[in-house]
Amino acid sequence: MNLHEYQGKALLKKFGVPVPEGIMVESIDQAEKAAHQIFDHNNIEVWAVKAQIHAGGRGKGGGVKIAKSFKELKQYSSEILGMQLVTPQTGPNGKKVRKILIEENIYYPGPEKRSEIYMSVLLNRATSRNMIMYSPKGGMNIEEVAEESPELIFTEEIDPKTGIQPFQCRRIAFNLGLEGNAYKNMVKFVSLLYNAYVNLDASLIEINPLFKAADGKIMAADTKMTIDNNSLYRHPEICDMRDLNEEDPMEVEAGKYDLNYVKLDGNVGCMVNGAGLAMATMDIIKLSGGEPANFLDVGGSASAKRVEEAFRIILKDPNVKAILVNIFGGIVRCDRVANGIVDAYNNIGKIDIPIIVRLQGTNAEIAKDIIDNSGLKVQSAILLKEAAELVNKSLVLSTKS
Amino acid sequence: MSILVNKNSKVIIQGFTGSEGTFHAEQMIEYGTNVVAGVTPGKGGSTHLNKPVYNTVSEAVRQEKADVSLIFVPPAFAADAIMEAAEAGIKVIVCITEGIPVKDMIVVKEYLKDKNTRLIGPNCPGIISPEECKVGIMPGFIHKKGNIGIVSRSGTLTYEAVDQVTKAGLGQSTCVGIGGDPILGSSMKEIIELFMQDDETKGIIMIGEIGGGMEAEAAYWIKEHGNKPVVSFIAGATAPKGRTMGHAGAIIGGKDDTAEAKKKILRECGVYCVDSPADIGGKIAELLK
Repeated sequence: MNLHEYQGKALLKKFGVPVPEGIMVESIDQAEKAAHQIFDHNNIEVWAVKAQIHAGGRGKGGGVKIAKSFKELKQYSSEILGMQLVTPQTGPNGKKVRKILIEENIYYPGPEKRSEIYMSVLLNRATSRNMIMYSPKGGMNIEEVAEESPELIFTEEIDPKTGIQPFQCRRIAFNLGLEGNAYKNMVKFVSLLYNAYVNLDASLIEINPLFKAADGKIMAADTKMTIDNNSLYRHPEICDMRDLNEEDPMEVEAGKYDLNYVKLDGNVGCMVNGAGLAMATMDIIKLSGGEPANFLDVGGSASAKRVEEAFRIILKDPNVKAILVNIFGGIVRCDRVANGIVDAYNNIGKIDIPIIVRLQGTNAEIAKDIIDNSGLKVQSAILLKEAAELVNKSLVLSTKS
Repeated sequence: MSILVNKNSKVIIQGFTGSEGTFHAEQMIEYGTNVVAGVTPGKGGSTHLNKPVYNTVSEAVRQEKADVSLIFVPPAFAADAIMEAAEAGIKVIVCITEGIPVKDMIVVKEYLKDKNTRLIGPNCPGIISPEECKVGIMPGFIHKKGNIGIVSRSGTLTYEAVDQVTKAGLGQSTCVGIGGDPILGSSMKEIIELFMQDDETKGIIMIGEIGGGMEAEAAYWIKEHGNKPVVSFIAGATAPKGRTMGHAGAIIGGKDDTAEAKKKILRECGVYCVDSPADIGGKIAELLK
């Protein structure tokens, strides 16, 4: 589960990780109040105004501004709140900004050189251990740093038996070239950050930039946090942070029926039992000349009710020109799935696009007969190859007509 | 021979008396698997499906000489169940449970390091050595005894491959579903190593997917040590970056774990990589002619 920056920072703060003072607001009035509150605290008339959406690159799209007066604060807040923010990660349609974060200015002057560092905590799948990845080159996309100067990316792996050790935190601070107070602050920061990661059951915390202020303070200037979905049962307070506005409405709808659905941009919908077979089915659609419109795992049992809900969701997508149903019936028998499909089709009523049903496994032939004799405009197949050919044929027909 | 499980395996089921445990235990017994007992804490001393139920795995091992355990315990308790089985001396643990938190699996992996145990899964369909022993949730009837070893991160996609192999007139030595999670007990490479050493296995099918570096690791090992033809399919060529595709582990993180990147490495290492999942069975049959 992805969190907003302001949520991630609030969680980090609970674990003592230094973050800038900030207040999330949803209106211009609230923004002004928040700015006054921060001003009362630090007496500086500079704030960051940051759009809160689940996507990176917000600055590039004009979603992050530095306001240097109350007037500017009001202006930027009104510009950003409600805007359709397009960033390299949102896609061309962008995302509507409903929340902004008003934050104290941390780029104040002082005796030391300010710098932007990169730091993330994540799982190293190759070793099944957590690691801290960091670089003195912060503030830019870490994949670009990896391309241009891989020698500037460091990793520190954490032994699960002991957790992070002080010598590791020191090594990180030294590798980042820090001295004096900044060094001490970084040693503390790393330890607190890792502690937060573990206790929150996070699967990613990315701090980019991790900011070294002019007085040697180390602060998380930005925070991207993802929580392991499988651990949410033990974090009810984090479950409450879910922001449905940030998710595709069709995916939210599918989730209500326990369907694992991911919306894509193609023209052929699919419904499959099992995640691996679902991905393989998407690949087959592409090889047949189409583009997958979605990923959809109806689950092992592929019950009639779930099949019907799955059809309804796929049919809501106006780009879908054909639907491929691919069920490998093992313990669930194909004839039962076939009856479920026929019932679902009849319950929904008129379906204008071609449906190709491929049922393989227990009672596949009986299932094919059920589909073929149903009188519905559904084409059936048993072999995956045949299904692919039928998809191709219906796409060719739909472009002709 | 087969790998990991055979007709001599003495299998117990953790989470035996639950609905899933009961259903699949029945299926396994029907298939001919030697299910010797079950474990459900608090129900020890009773019988279920005419098999004894024990409170602990160690008791089941002591009384029944069990060496394989199949776990159907809910996600919040599954890590504990795996460690209990390992501690009791179970040689092969198969964990079906989907949804175990990563933090728990990190602990499990560490715990297993000095144990003489192999974990398969979690979030997997299990292991089957056809006509001998089925330890999992796969439909038994699609399998046929033979010479193809199959290793896969998926469930139904594995059944698809099995079915194609059987329809091509071949059979399987053993099929191992290693699971769809980011942290797994056994890697593709480890299972392929076992297949390479198994006399009965003449060809190997490896079904991978986006996310992680497991397929590449296997490919490099095959390049160095492979002595049998390997056919591979990598699912998720059309999956978008950064989205989890059903399996918790099926997510493209960077440029190295896309389907395209994996296929390239596999081909460079001499693995026969098919682009269409419909061609898996045909390809292995062609290679073994």
